[in-house]
Amino acid sequence: MTFLIQFSFSFFSSAAFGIIANIPRRALLASGFTGAIGWVIYFYFNQFFHSGAFSNFVAAFMIGCLSIFFSKKQKMPMIIFYIPGLIPLVPGGPSYEAVRAFALGDPNVGFEKLLFVMATAISIVGGLLMTSLAEQLVNKWIRFKKN
Amino acid sequence: MEKAEDLLIDTCLLAGKIMMESGSEVYRVEDTMNRIAENANEPNSNSYVTATGIFMGLKSRHYTQIENVGERNINLEKVEAVNQLSRKFAEKSVDLPTLYQQLKKIDKETPEFPLLLQILGAAFLSAFLMVLFGGDWLNFIPTLFIGGIGFFIKYEVKQNFDLRFLDTFFASFIIGMLALLFTQTGLALSFDYMCIGAVMPLVPGVAITASLRDILAGHLVSGLVRGTEAIIVAASIAIGIACILFIFGGWLP
Repeated sequence: MTFLIQFSFSFFSSAAFGIIANIPRRALLASGFTGAIGWVIYFYFNQFFHSGAFSNFVAAFMIGCLSIFFSKKQKMPMIIFYIPGLIPLVPGGPSYEAVRAFALGDPNVGFEKLLFVMATAISIVGGLLMTSLAEQLVNKWIRFKKN
Repeated sequence: MEKAEDLLIDTCLLAGKIMMESGSEVYRVEDTMNRIAENANEPNSNSYVTATGIFMGLKSRHYTQIENVGERNINLEKVEAVNQLSRKFAEKSVDLPTLYQQLKKIDKETPEFPLLLQILGAAFLSAFLMVLFGGDWLNFIPTLFIGGIGFFIKYEVKQNFDLRFLDTFFASFIIGMLALLFTQTGLALSFDYMCIGAVMPLVPGVAITASLRDILAGHLVSGLVRGTEAIIVAASIAIGIACILFIFGGWLP
């Protein structure tokens, strides 16, 4: 039941962001799927390892792989799939908590949350970069096999 | 001969401008521009793309042209359309003048989802993410409502006033006010989760990741420009919510 709720809700939220970002209609399903897989991976890794940064890293890596797959399949730029896909992972909650702490006069908690937001953003970008690394490695391997 | 080269530079600049304004990555813009030039028999031409301006020069000429990049927002359908067109140009199924005309058409009349659908999208995005982040189910309908209203206000303010960053400030201010109203009347449980959910359609999370990607790819100028913009947008959302917290902070549950 938890899996079903997590999967479907992240699917629909990614697709809904796709509507706001005006992605082509035939990419809506694929980007929703990308976001759902990414979020489910984040959710279960976070429950298992209790490390937000690591789970974000793995989830972003998977999102990158899926968006490369879909971009090859549908012949569209990769950005169309990973931007809606990353939406559930964006650290909205901690950044809100940081603002709340600053506004209510508790800068220590605020800075702590702010650091957490930065760590999350950097781990997401790191995951995406790993995707490009993996892509280049696979391409090199294919070329090596051919020769 | 002169005419054709002028048209080529104009075409490249227009393609780059459309892509940059719709939120594409810097390397993709440079790549597309260079490809268009290459397919028009001008190899080794140079393009220099930043988030605020685009430069294009052909190796066979002494002139470089500049194009200013205006407002940046996310419209991925335009990126896709330009990409398809440059593919078609590479396959020689369209020639340069048609390419230019089609690019102009893309810039003006790319179909968007109707406003009502966008508002519904924002509303459901808010409500679903509120549940995903751990909020209570009782907040679902109020968050749906607040998220839609917030997005609508952002859209309207952006249409009617020519002030940057004001739209997100107003939207988040109203979001905070409505969330407080719902919690005070007992229709919803948690002020915080509702705010987090409803603010998500406005959050520049994508811009932050894009700017970090640009920086790590070596496009330092564009990365810093987009990062600064994202931070200011985030700050204007924060100030909107913080105003509510300052004024009514004592009443919060």
